[in-house]
Amino acid sequence: MPTMPKIGLLKGLGLTLKTALTPATTQQYPHVKPDLPPRTRGVIALMEENCTVCFQCARECPDWCIYIDSHKLTVPPKEPGGRTRTRNQLDRFAIDFALCMYCGICVEVCPFDALFWSPEFEYSEYRIADLTHEKERLREWMDTVPPPPPLEVGATSPKEVEDGHKAAAKAVEEAAEAARAAAQAQQPAAPAAEGDQQQAAGAADEIDQATFDRLVAEGKSERVARAKAKAAAAKQRKQSGAQAAEPAQAEAQTAEAAGQAPAATAAPEGEAATFDQATYDRLIAEGKSERVAAAKAKAAAAKQRRQAGRDQEGEG
Amino acid sequence: MESIFTFDSLLFTVLVKVLVIVAFFFVAALVVGYLEHKVMGHMQDRTGPMEAGLGPVKHGVGQLVADGAKFLQKEDIIPRSADPWVFALAPGVALVPTLTILVVIPFGPGVWAENLDLGLFFALAASGVTVIGVLMAGWASANKFSLMGAIRDAAQLIAYELPLVLAGAAVALQAGTLSLVGIVERQNELLLFGAVPVWYGIPQFVGLGLFFVAAMAELNRPPFDMPIADSEIIAGHMTEYTGLRFAFFLLSEYAGMVVLSALATVLFLGGWYPWPGAELPDGPLGAVIGTVVTLAKIIILTLLMTWARATFPRLREDQLQTMAWTILIPLALAQIVVIAIVIVVLP
Repeated sequence: MPTMPKIGLLKGLGLTLKTALTPATTQQYPHVKPDLPPRTRGVIALMEENCTVCFQCARECPDWCIYIDSHKLTVPPKEPGGRTRTRNQLDRFAIDFALCMYCGICVEVCPFDALFWSPEFEYSEYRIADLTHEKERLREWMDTVPPPPPLEVGATSPKEVEDGHKAAAKAVEEAAEAARAAAQAQQPAAPAAEGDQQQAAGAADEIDQATFDRLVAEGKSERVARAKAKAAAAKQRKQSGAQAAEPAQAEAQTAEAAGQAPAATAAPEGEAATFDQATYDRLIAEGKSERVAAAKAKAAAAKQRRQAGRDQEGEG
Repeated sequence: MESIFTFDSLLFTVLVKVLVIVAFFFVAALVVGYLEHKVMGHMQDRTGPMEAGLGPVKHGVGQLVADGAKFLQKEDIIPRSADPWVFALAPGVALVPTLTILVVIPFGPGVWAENLDLGLFFALAASGVTVIGVLMAGWASANKFSLMGAIRDAAQLIAYELPLVLAGAAVALQAGTLSLVGIVERQNELLLFGAVPVWYGIPQFVGLGLFFVAAMAELNRPPFDMPIADSEIIAGHMTEYTGLRFAFFLLSEYAGMVVLSALATVLFLGGWYPWPGAELPDGPLGAVIGTVVTLAKIIILTLLMTWARATFPRLREDQLQTMAWTILIPLALAQIVVIAIVIVVLP
């Protein structure tokens, strides 16, 4: 005799019935895009500017799917009489996603933050050769890399960020000092301007809280928000300073000549010297990633500085 | 009562009846197949087909039509060593019995093709013919898996046809007639203890269970799908079939679900009556209500079959046979004895 069926049969029926009555977990994929976690391993993006052609990724790759070509470039000395340097120029960087097994070792091993994971995954091709993404295509994936997750509360921020903050704070402090001196210089001539100026000086190392809050709410990183808020505060100060200084034009001129950097120009000194805000804003508006925008903005600022230097030399 | 499909011209009558039966056969198979796709999907935490639709209605309602169109386009392959005539005929032989059973099934008052005096006998006999098509397919395919599947199917049919027939015989015994229409009408007059109107499913609950289980086994429905167990013998007798011929086998399975559910409805669940002792109005209204009630009962039974399919794992071949010969058949025999005694003692 076989063993008789027991209550388990009914339990099974109950289970399938319960499952049938609860909504299915199926995602209607092409119609509804999946809600992927931010660290999804979709595709590998290349930040070309950061790559030093150290070949570590290509060597560590378990299935040898990264192809790198480069040549040496001689860089003229920075100062006259200096030594010429060499630098690697990246000619080709390609990842064959037909071979890639998405282990992420290349991203882990990259010492210069040139490789990133992007959650994009819809890049299937009809020809297997098209799955080899050259550096231009890898660079485009960079725009889809999500910002790094925010630091935990109480965590020490990275060294370069700390250094940047310190430098900015110092510049603002110096500018405030200069502004105070300038305000004292124009005190007898323009008593009306004094209050405004002092207020501006006091606010010099502060940020425009409204702007900061708005940007954070918009999901920008704290660093970006702080920078923009500072710029906004500086702009406000510049406007109020200009209005106040108009009746005392002569004194103000003296002050500017003496202080060189009143409150109005403090923020630009601290920020814009290394970071072209206009470029940054434009790129963000174009939908580029924050990282890309920041990098390009820095490059633009550097270009402007060089241009300015050349202009001065030309005039001189 | 005459069938509502009766007209003055005999030729026209036959034509209408054939058309109605064939149309019902295909539509019912599509509807039941679609329901199975969706219900089984949800039981497995899926959604089932979602894309193919008819016009603006999506949710995969056109999935089986699309499948049929796909099967039509497939190449019709006959293996070189197969017996081509038998191979080609087999799906039809497996399909036609299901179609013929529909002739005698009453769907409502007057809604039937033929009211045979031997209706139950005809239906059960015809359902047994399907296995000949299966054996033909298995033998003619010249494939060991096909042959093994066909032989398993034949063994299974012999084992489960017995409880099926015995359960049906018990009903015929109680009703005193073999006519399916007569069984429905006598069933509605049954009073349990002389007072409570019930259908045969209540006093013969054992028979109902036996009939339902045996019907699933006859149709090779999981958990009794040993003859087409994919993990052992590919697809049994269907292994070598492609395209439309393969679709015929699938169609006969779905249509078989409908037909055997309809038989169970007629024998045990009161046929077209919405509740025991109910009375339907005469004329077209009664026919419509009766048909709707019958179809609803059929759909509920097919859903139960789907439920069992989605829940239970496949029985092993020896478990399958042991269950039939040591449990179901003795139960059916015992039940028929009890019914006979009760019929004699309580007239």
